[in-house]
Amino acid sequence: MAATATLPRAATVPDRRKTFDWSQLRTYVSAAVILVWCLVPAYWMIVTAFRDTAFTFDSTFWPTHVTWDNFATVFDESLGNHFGRNLLNSLIVAGATTIVALVVGVFAAYALARLNFRFKFAVMGFILGASMFPGVALVTPLFQLFTNIGWMGSYQAMIIPDISFTLPLTVYTLTSFFREMPWELEESARIDGCTQGQAFRKIILPLAAPATFTTAILAFIGAWNEFLIASQLSSDATRPVTVAIAYFAGAQPHQEPYTAVMAAGTIVTIPLVILVLVFQRKIVAGLTAGAVK
Amino acid sequence: MSTKLPERTTAGAPAQTHHMPGRESADRKQVTQGRWASVLLVPTLVLLAVVIIYPVVNAIIMSFQKDAGLNPATGFFEQGGPAGFENYMHWLFQQCNGQSCPPGTLGSQFWNAMGTTFFFTVVTVALETVLGFWMAIIMTRSFRGRSAVRAAVLVPWAIPTAVTAKLWFFIFAFDGIANKLFGTQILWTGSEWPAKWAVVISDVWKTTPFMALLILAGLQLIPDEVYEAAKVDGASAWQRFTQITLPLVKPALMVAILFRTLDALRMFDLPYIMTQGANNTTTLSILVVDQIREGFNSAAALSTITFIVIFLVAFIFVRFLGANAVGAATSSGRK
Repeated sequence: MAATATLPRAATVPDRRKTFDWSQLRTYVSAAVILVWCLVPAYWMIVTAFRDTAFTFDSTFWPTHVTWDNFATVFDESLGNHFGRNLLNSLIVAGATTIVALVVGVFAAYALARLNFRFKFAVMGFILGASMFPGVALVTPLFQLFTNIGWMGSYQAMIIPDISFTLPLTVYTLTSFFREMPWELEESARIDGCTQGQAFRKIILPLAAPATFTTAILAFIGAWNEFLIASQLSSDATRPVTVAIAYFAGAQPHQEPYTAVMAAGTIVTIPLVILVLVFQRKIVAGLTAGAVK
Repeated sequence: MSTKLPERTTAGAPAQTHHMPGRESADRKQVTQGRWASVLLVPTLVLLAVVIIYPVVNAIIMSFQKDAGLNPATGFFEQGGPAGFENYMHWLFQQCNGQSCPPGTLGSQFWNAMGTTFFFTVVTVALETVLGFWMAIIMTRSFRGRSAVRAAVLVPWAIPTAVTAKLWFFIFAFDGIANKLFGTQILWTGSEWPAKWAVVISDVWKTTPFMALLILAGLQLIPDEVYEAAKVDGASAWQRFTQITLPLVKPALMVAILFRTLDALRMFDLPYIMTQGANNTTTLSILVVDQIREGFNSAAALSTITFIVIFLVAFIFVRFLGANAVGAATSSGRK
């Protein structure tokens, strides 16, 4: 039975090798188009970041008139740019948001993934609905509330609304990660003589750590990239990078400082891109978790 | 409490307790699990209630209050006070103080903003779905460099939207690379349709990868044998796509489209940074933000309208188009 099933295939394979494989060529061309479409605009940002301001609109594909000046402009306080401060602010806001979302969300995710209880469907629906919630619907009431209690422009004025989308994302992603974990191992460890604490430390923690770390990256990127809430509720002292880039000042007044903005964009983007590429597999798993299974 | 519990479980399933001795302990396990679950869920639910439900309820209350300001009819400064549905009338029927809002005021822009928002949503989601599907299909094939392609699509996704907006603003500058490449002299952000398309193209660049990855994940769940069988039966490539790929990937596809649609309906960063909402690129979110400094209560009414619109679209998706995001998230293991 098995022999007859594989016979026709064995006969066709060498046959197909001889003729030129057009579909394979089409795949390579398509792949090249995807690579160019995704990478060239990002490459253009980096090339422009290193280009002398006088040659802003030079359209040579490779780097020309290379200079570090734009990066100096980005951090030039005499021009009114406080990019170092902005980077620190983004780090504080995104970091604090991520920590709160993880510490709180990990328990909810465990419950949703591992326990049976009534209203599970409703709770998941509520959490998913929360992640789709429009930011503007929060900004208006919070703008008034924070003005009244004097929190306007403080870090917590950004961290609190940021939790509204990072926490649901965290719970959602962690739940689907946790559901895939081999929890039977915990029981096996107990049977083999581990205490509950040992089983948790030696079995569960190492298994859950990568999932938790990936979720933290996703939450951090979400909060780091946030613009709407920060543009309305931050002050000069607490302004994060996304808002700073949108209102950047260059050496020439009334002239869009394209090269400096591209330099700022490069600084903000490169660490994220490296992070994402290093943890590529995990991040894709986290992004698509729950949506398909 | 604990003395009551067995009673309730036996009352719920009296017949089964006789035949299955293990049933009662299973029920008790369920009850303790339920208690555990509520303990574990409380922090998340309380926090979400504080950061979402409290502001939303607050916004709804605000939306029925008058904004303090000069009354043009009397010339006096008036404190707020209850407004009934006045704020909603102001936006929906573009009524300013009992007459039609003059052109240029925020009140006159509501339906334009609604139209722009839906234009952006329909066009970007349609383009992203088609392009994302195509990218996903390429990424399922085996070829050398596939992992490089899968890594490359993450680059636009990782770049912050604010940076994306500035990058494409530069690409679409008058002396920029887009005009040079195509030999055109378009003021991209200077008039209505080029500005709209500039926003659409930037958004498609930024978010197609997300779509492609979600669809790719769906495609990977389809077993190869199904395709092999169809090939043996003589199905053409197109037939295999419409009869196998589409129906089997539909659940994942619908969830991806739902996510993207709800995200596009709240679009803010790209048009706000690229055009400041000029040339009819003002979305509902931009209109709310513009209104905040002219009057909280009116802005609250507008943000409530925006919220209801997004909620209705989500409802239609889940109810009539079968986008079962919750089901996908709660079902255990693969089905």
